[in-house]
Amino acid sequence: MSGILVLEQLLNGIGYGLMLFLLAAGLTLVFGIMDVLNLAHGSLFMAGAYVAAEAHTRTGSFAAAIVVAVLVTVVVALLIEVLLMRRLYKRDHLAQVLATFGVILVADDIVKMIWGPSPIMAPTPAALSGPVELMDGLPYPSYRLVILAGGVLMALALYVLVNHTRIGMRVRAGASDRPMAELMGVRVGRIFNGVFLLGAALAALAGALMGPIVAVQVGMGEAILIPALVVLVIGGIGSVRGAFVAALLVGVVDTIGRAFVPMLLRATLPPATAADLGPLFAEVAMYALMVVVLIFRPSGLFSARS
Amino acid sequence: MKFSSRTFGLGLLLVALAAFPLVAPLFGLDFYIGFVRRVLIVALAAASLNFILGFGGMVALGHAGFIGMGAYTVVALSDAGVMSAWILWPMAALVAGVVAALIGTVALRTRGVYFIMTTLAFAQMLYFVVVSLRKYGGDDGYTLMSRPTLLPGLDLGNEATFYWVVLAVVALALWWLHRATQARFGHALMGIRDNETRMRALGYPVFRLQLVGFAIAGAIAGLAGALLAGGNGFVSPATMHWTQSATLVVMVVIGGLGRSWGGPVGAVVWLVLEEVLKQHTEHWHMPLGLLLIAVALWAPRGLAALSTKRRTVAAAAASAATAAGSAKP
Repeated sequence: MSGILVLEQLLNGIGYGLMLFLLAAGLTLVFGIMDVLNLAHGSLFMAGAYVAAEAHTRTGSFAAAIVVAVLVTVVVALLIEVLLMRRLYKRDHLAQVLATFGVILVADDIVKMIWGPSPIMAPTPAALSGPVELMDGLPYPSYRLVILAGGVLMALALYVLVNHTRIGMRVRAGASDRPMAELMGVRVGRIFNGVFLLGAALAALAGALMGPIVAVQVGMGEAILIPALVVLVIGGIGSVRGAFVAALLVGVVDTIGRAFVPMLLRATLPPATAADLGPLFAEVAMYALMVVVLIFRPSGLFSARS
Repeated sequence: MKFSSRTFGLGLLLVALAAFPLVAPLFGLDFYIGFVRRVLIVALAAASLNFILGFGGMVALGHAGFIGMGAYTVVALSDAGVMSAWILWPMAALVAGVVAALIGTVALRTRGVYFIMTTLAFAQMLYFVVVSLRKYGGDDGYTLMSRPTLLPGLDLGNEATFYWVVLAVVALALWWLHRATQARFGHALMGIRDNETRMRALGYPVFRLQLVGFAIAGAIAGLAGALLAGGNGFVSPATMHWTQSATLVVMVVIGGLGRSWGGPVGAVVWLVLEEVLKQHTEHWHMPLGLLLIAVALWAPRGLAALSTKRRTVAAAAASAATAAGSAKP
């Protein structure tokens, strides 16, 4: 196993982690502030991916596709917020799980009605389809570099917003102790609206960016929801910093589980056993990480509410 | 137990269910014998989840994992040549119960959403374990050669016979679960659900009680899995997908959390709606999704609770008094 390969896989893992962070950031803030568990967050990711793919095919411009995807998804999120989420604040988690699971079912069927049941193609922007020679002997797909750059930029922007602005201060206050923040004059309800829409925009961005490298299909929202929830739980609910650390951890651990563990098994075990165990480790690594973290820290690495 | 209109109604339901395989062919409804059998099995699984979710307050999102453990125990034993239901079904319950106990020792250390996620994580791991078991078909699933044997002269390959056996097992298990909720153990579980600190202060071994409840629910889900495997003659990892666990939670909440008929009512409503909608439209997810949203918004205590609303105040007060009386140690 060469150093180059390790580096390449590490970059893939970080890219995946950054996308997970875009999803988990919105999820963790919404949960932290309003105590609302939104299972439909993955559906916003799906909406972003579908709209971006459609807009890209029609306009031919990747930048326009991303803008359209984010705008459309934010409008959809606004509708969901006004029609549904507001009524769920005061309900227990179970009612929230039930209602937002309902949203998943509705969203999947709407997507099926518009785009059909089979996966659609999300084109890679032509200018970014080739590889870039990062260093000697390490060609890396330039589109994946864009994902990395986009993820890092958004993470930085979010970090500044949450930690170094007045709005961010209110958001953090709402997440760590909502009643106290309200007593101090923070209008948490309004902050929440903003955070919910921001979360939707980030999910749409992740969907638009991931579209070209994953299958754009019905159910892609549920598939990414679970890793995003794992990130939320490992990081600690309500903590953006926790979500960031956990997302990178999960991204890298998942990649190691997929790329290196099977290789290691093939080198040390009989081929049949290795072929059986390889995929198992690949899929299970992320969950094992979560269970281990929860055994030692039952409320995540950086819980906003200690 | 005194003979009430409730017992009478239950008896009537049981007779109607038992007569179904005899009546159905007269109306050309043979196909629905298999459907009703599946509904019965899923109702049992939902009731076992309600035992910990509704009565125990443990929001477990991995119940399909235990159903799968039961089903795959049957697969593994059948593959090894064991055919007797007397061994297959208890072993399925035992294996699922033991797995649930092991998972419970870790998951019950966490609370709230962390508990939801831990149970989900373990169920996902079980899911991927069976996906990697190529000996038992992996992703493609495993076809069972024949139905298990129960008694000499009893051919479980016969649809009606197998239906009756399932009906008997499900009715017994449901009755037993109901008794467990009425017993001291069930009341202790409900006490922990309502106020864990107080129960601990009263000297109840909270963790142990929850763990036993969790293992019981897992074992009964495993039994349901074994029946499901026998009925379908086919087992695949899809049975254990996390959306199946979510659907079971949905059934319980729709039916009524912590109500003795919550699980079965929810399972019947969900499966019947699914069946009817599938026949009419390709887009059958959407009406189900809208129903879920409606229930969450307007009937948060579930459909089984709607009937109580209609009762007169006096009847409600009387039942509350009975409940309070039976709660006394």
